Amino acid sequence: MSAAGESFPDSPAVWCSHLRKRFRRHQAVHDVSLQVGRGEVVGLLGPNGAGKTTVIKMLLGLVTPDDGEVLLLGRPAGDPAARAGVGYLPELFRYQPWLSAAEVLALHVRLSGADVSAAEQRDRLDLVGLGARAADRVGGFSKGMQQRLGLAVALVARPSFVVLDEPTSALDPLGRADVRDVVLGLREQGVAVLLNSHLIGEVERVCDRVVILERGRVAAAGSLAELLGQRQVRLRLTGLTPAAEQRLARAGAVHRGGDGPDVLTLSLAGGGSDQDDDGERSDRAVPELVRDLAALRVDVHAVEPVRVSLEDRLLGILRGAAEDRAAEDRAADERAAQEREARR
Amino acid sequence: MNHQVSVVLTVAGLTLREASRRRVVLALAVLTALLLGLAGWGFWRLAQELTSGEALVAASQVLNLVMFGLSLIAALGTAFLSGPTVAGEVESGAVLSVLARPVRRWAFLLGKWLGLVVFGGAYVLVAGLALCLVVLATVGYWPPHPAAGLLLLAGQTAVLLTLSVLLATVISPMASGVVSVGLFGATWIAGVVGGVGSALGNDDVARVGTISRIVLPTDGLWRGAMHAFQDPSAILAMGPGGEAFPFLSISSPTPVYLLWAVLWTAMVFGLAAVVFARKDL
Repeated sequence: MSAAGESFPDSPAVWCSHLRKRFRRHQAVHDVSLQVGRGEVVGLLGPNGAGKTTVIKMLLGLVTPDDGEVLLLGRPAGDPAARAGVGYLPELFRYQPWLSAAEVLALHVRLSGADVSAAEQRDRLDLVGLGARAADRVGGFSKGMQQRLGLAVALVARPSFVVLDEPTSALDPLGRADVRDVVLGLREQGVAVLLNSHLIGEVERVCDRVVILERGRVAAAGSLAELLGQRQVRLRLTGLTPAAEQRLARAGAVHRGGDGPDVLTLSLAGGGSDQDDDGERSDRAVPELVRDLAALRVDVHAVEPVRVSLEDRLLGILRGAAEDRAAEDRAADERAAQEREARR
Repeated sequence: MNHQVSVVLTVAGLTLREASRRRVVLALAVLTALLLGLAGWGFWRLAQELTSGEALVAASQVLNLVMFGLSLIAALGTAFLSGPTVAGEVESGAVLSVLARPVRRWAFLLGKWLGLVVFGGAYVLVAGLALCLVVLATVGYWPPHPAAGLLLLAGQTAVLLTLSVLLATVISPMASGVVSVGLFGATWIAGVVGGVGSALGNDDVARVGTISRIVLPTDGLWRGAMHAFQDPSAILAMGPGGEAFPFLSISSPTPVYLLWAVLWTAMVFGLAAVVFARKDL
C-alpha cells in the first residue's frame, strides 16, 4: 500500500460538509462543515458536549455520520487507505498495557503499512520524552506518560495530517509546552494539524485558524485575526490640541470615558492585525501615531495595547449563540401560543 | 488487500502475545496440570480396582469425563478472553488508535478471532494429548482415533469462541463471557436430555438434542470427539440404555454435520463482522 494522501496532494487534509449525528435521543452534531488545508493548524474549540470529539471521530471513519460527507486526504473517510496518512491521538487514550512503549510504536507502524526504521521510531519516543522508557510496559505508565506515548503513536507513521483530541488533558505545564513545540514543529514540516483543546491559550499560540462548535453547530470559524477583530490601544494623553485630535481621528475611532479624564481607547483603522512569522505585529500604525503626537506637543503618558483574547471572544460567541437560541425558543413559544389562540 | 492480510496476521499475533503476557497461559497451565494430576491418580486407582475388561470400559468413560473438564476449561478460557480482547478494547478506547489506521474492521476482528482460535485450539490439542498419555501410562488404554477426537474438540472450542466474539461486539465484555458459557452448558444439557429421549424411544425428547446441536454445534462436535476417544466396546457394555449416558457417544458426526459446523462458524463470524463494522466507537 502506498502512503495515501500523497496521491491527492492538492486536496485539503480534511474536508467535511453538513455532518449530522444522532445518538439515540441526543442530536450530538447538527450541521458541521469544516476544512483543514494542507500544512494548516486548525483549532477546534467549544464547550463540553459541543460535539467536538464526535466530529473528529466522523472525520476518521470511527463514527458513521447520519448525513454529510467527509473527504480525508482526498479520499472518502470510509476508505481505509485515506487513513494511511493520518496520525490520531484520541481523547480516550489507551494502549495495550502488556506491550512496551517501543512495541506499541512498532505495532502502529505495521498497521499503518509505512516503512519506518527502528531508529526513527526511537526518535519519536525521544521527541515525546519517553526515550528512556522504550522497553518498559505501558501498564506501568502514568496517565501523562501514556498521553505522551499517544502523541508518539500519532506521529510515528510520517503522517501528513495529525488529529490531536485534547492532547494535554493529562499533562503538567512542562508537558503542555512540549506538545506546543511538537505542534509548531509539525507546522514547520508542513503537516496539517487539527487540535481540539480546552486550553484556549494553547490554541491561540499555535493555530492558524479556529473553528468554534456550540451544541453540534459551527458557531464561528476563521483565522485568529478575523475572529479577534480590531486592534485597540489605550492611551493616556494630556495637552491635546485640535490638530492632535484630528491626528487621532485619522488613526481610528476614539472612545472616551471609563478609566479617567485623560484616558482614551483607540480602535485602530484597518481592522485586522498583520502577523509576521514570529507572531509579532508588524503594524507601524502605533509608533507613527506616537511620534506624530509627540511632534504636536502632546504629552504621551501611556500607550497600552488592549488585548482581545481568544478566550473573551470565545465566551462572547458562545453567550451570543445561547442568547440567540433563547430568543428563537421564545419566538417559537409565542408563535405556538398565537396558533393556539387563533384555533380557539 | 495485501495490507489487510498483514493486518489480520499482525492482530492475530498481538492477541496471542496478549494471552501469554496476561498470564492466561500460566493460569491454564496450572489448572490443566491440576486436572491431569487428579485424573492420573484416579486412573491409577481404577487400574488397581478393576479387571482389564472393566478397566477398558471405565477408562473410556472417565477419559471422556476428564476431556469434558478440559473442554470446559478451554471454553471458559477462550470465552472470557474474547470478551476483554474485543469488547474490552472498545470500552477502554484502545481500539480507537488501532482502527484509525488503514485497517478494515473485519480484518481487525478476523485477526482477533484467528489469534483466539490458534490459542484455544493449541491448548486443547496439547492438554488433550497429555491426558491421553496419562491414561496410557496408568491404565494402558489408547483411544481408537485420538487425532480426530482432538481436532473435533478444537473445533468445538472454535465454534464457542466465534459465538463469544459475536456477543463481544454486541454486549459488554463480562456479559459476553457469561452468555456464551451459559449457552455452551445449555446445549450440553439439551444434548444429554436428547440422549435420554432416544434411549427411552421418545422422539420428541430426542429432538431437543438434535435441534440444540444444530443451533449451536458445540455439543455435536463434543459427541463426535467422545466417540473418537471411547473404546467401541464401551457402548456395547452399557447395553441398550448406553445412549442416555452423558459421557459416551453412539456415533461420530456425519460430513454434512461437520460442513454445517464450518458454515455456522462462517455465518456467525460474518454477522459479528457486520455488527462491528457498523458500530460507532
